[in-house]
Amino acid sequence: MKYDKDSYKQVVDEFTPKNKMLKNCFYAFIFGGAICLLGEIFKNIFISGLGAAEEDAGPMASVALVGLSALLTGLGWYDKLGKFGGAGTVVPITGFANSVVSPALEFKREGYILGTASNIFKLAGPVLVFGYLAAFIAGLLKLITG
Amino acid sequence: MNYIMSFVVGGIICVIGQIIIDTFKKNNAYLLVLMVVTGAALGYFGIYDKLVEIGYSGATVPLLGFGNTLAKGAMEEAASKGFMGALSGGVIKTAPGVAAALMFGYIVAVVFNPKSNK
Amino acid sequence: MKKIGKQTFSIKDNVFIRDTYTIVGKKEGQGPLGNKFHMIVEDDLWGEDSWEKSELKFQQTAVEKLMEVNQLKKNQIDLMISGDLLNQITSSSFAARALQLPYIGVYGACSTMALTMGLGSLLIDGGFAENIICVTSSHFCSAERQYRLPLEMGGQRHMSSQWTVTGSAAVWLSKNGSGPRVKNVTFGKITDLGVKDANNMGAAMAPAAYDTLSQHIKDTGIDYDLIVTGDLGTVGKGIVNKMFKEDNNSIEKKYDDCGTIIFDIEKQDVHSGGSGCGCSATVFGAFLYRKLLDGDIKKLLFTSTGALHSPTATLQGESIPGIAHSVGIEI
Repeated sequence: MKYDKDSYKQVVDEFTPKNKMLKNCFYAFIFGGAICLLGEIFKNIFISGLGAAEEDAGPMASVALVGLSALLTGLGWYDKLGKFGGAGTVVPITGFANSVVSPALEFKREGYILGTASNIFKLAGPVLVFGYLAAFIAGLLKLITG
Repeated sequence: MNYIMSFVVGGIICVIGQIIIDTFKKNNAYLLVLMVVTGAALGYFGIYDKLVEIGYSGATVPLLGFGNTLAKGAMEEAASKGFMGALSGGVIKTAPGVAAALMFGYIVAVVFNPKSNK
Repeated sequence: MKKIGKQTFSIKDNVFIRDTYTIVGKKEGQGPLGNKFHMIVEDDLWGEDSWEKSELKFQQTAVEKLMEVNQLKKNQIDLMISGDLLNQITSSSFAARALQLPYIGVYGACSTMALTMGLGSLLIDGGFAENIICVTSSHFCSAERQYRLPLEMGGQRHMSSQWTVTGSAAVWLSKNGSGPRVKNVTFGKITDLGVKDANNMGAAMAPAAYDTLSQHIKDTGIDYDLIVTGDLGTVGKGIVNKMFKEDNNSIEKKYDDCGTIIFDIEKQDVHSGGSGCGCSATVFGAFLYRKLLDGDIKKLLFTSTGALHSPTATLQGESIPGIAHSVGIEI
C-alpha cells in the first residue's frame, strides 16, 4: 500500500463531505428556540392558569416538556424532528427525555425488565452520572469554602 | 419579552451545541455530558443565574440549566444540612425531571412499538 | 496448483451462477433498481415481532423462493453458505435452522456476498459439491440498533454516513448448466489505514478495495468490462478512483459502486450511499447478474467490501479494519 496512516488521512479529509454547519446551526436555533419558548409558555400557563407558584412552575414546565417529548418519541416523530433540528432537539430537556425513552422503547423486545428497564439509562446514564458528580463537588466546595 | 428572550437564548445555546457536534463529530452523549458539567460549573460560580434572568426558559430548558439546577441544589442543601445536603441536594432538585423521563419512558415503551424510520 | 499470481484462485472447472433471488425493503424498492428486484417488502417488520426476526425471514424466503423458482429439492443442495451483520450471525443460523440445509456461516461484514460466492466456487471446483446456495442479508433497523443508536433517537446522521440496505439475495452456484461462470476468485488482505470514524465506512474500506482489485487485475491480467465494488458509497468510490488514477491505470469509466447504484443519493437522503451485506448482494442479484445474462457486459469483476467494525473495539480506540473479496465472472 502506497499510503500510510498520515498520508491517507489527508485523502480521507479531501473526499469526506463536510456537514452543512451553517444550515444545521440555523435549524438548531429555530428548533431549540421553539422548544425553550414552549417551556416558557407552559410555565406561564402553570402560573396564570393553574395558580402555581413561580418556583414550582419551572419544574412543572420541565415535566410537561419531558412528557411531550416522550409521547413524540413513542409516535416515532421525535427522530424526524431531530433530523432537522440537530442540536436544537438534543440540547433541551426534551432531548434528554428522548435519550431515555428511545432505548426503553427499542429494547422492549428483549423484555420489560432486562430489555426496557436495563437499557432505559443506556444513553442518558452518562448525563446523570456526571451531573450528580458535578453537583456533589459543587456542594462539597460550598461546604469547604462556606 | 420573556417569550422572545427564551427563544433567542435557547436558540443560541443550541447553536453552540450544533457547532460542537459538527466540529468534533462525537457521539451526542459527549455533548450532553459537556453541557451538564458546564452548567454545573457556571451554576457554582453564580454566572448561570444571570443568564436565567435574561433568558428565562431559554436558559433553564437546555441541559446547561439542568446542570445549574443540580449544582445550586447541592450548594443550598450543603449550606443547611452539611455533607448529607451536598450529597442529596442536586438529586432532590432535579428529581421531577429525571423521574418523569423514567416514568414516561417506561409507559411509552409499554404502549408503543419501535418504528422503522423510512 | 490452481492459484495464479500472488493471491488469486483460478477456477478450472465449470462453476455456473445459475440464478439469483432478491428481496428488498420499501426504500430500496423506491430506488433506481426498484423494478428489478424479485420481491419488495413494504413493511420492514414483515409481520414479525422484531427486526431481527424480520431479517431472518428475508434470508429464509430468498432461499426458499430461489429453490421454488428453480424446482430445486433440498437433497440437491449440497451446502448453504451464508452470513449477515448481526452478532453471532443470527439471521443466517436461524434461517439455516428453518431451511435444514448443510450450513456454513461466515462473517465478512458487508464483504460477505463475494466471500460466500468465492468459497462456494472453490468447493464446487474442488469437486466437493454440485450445488451450493450463497446468501446474505442485512436490515437497516437491526443493524442500526446493534451498531449505532436506537431508531427513535433524534439527531442527525453525518454526511459521510451510509444507509444500511434492507434486503437479502440468494445465489445458486452449480457445476452444471450454462450462463455466467465464476472464473477467478481473490480473497483480500485486511487493510487498515487507521480510519476510526464509524460514520465514514467508505473511507475505512476503500484501501482494502483498492488492494484486492489491483491484486486481482495484476494476477489475472483480465481487462474487465465492468468493475463493481460492494458498498463504498460516494466517499470510498472517489478514493478508489483516485488511487487507480495515481497508478496511471484509471478505471473510472468502467467502475461503479453498489452503494451508489442502489439508491438515488440526491433524492433518497442516504447521504453517502447504501451499505450492508444486502447492498452488494441485491445489486448483484437483481442488476449485475441480469446485465451478464443480457450480454450488456461479458466480464464482470464483482468485489464486495467490508468494514470489520465493532462498536466495542471502536470504543477501545481501535481503527476499523477493511476487507474486500473479488469474484471475476465471465459469460
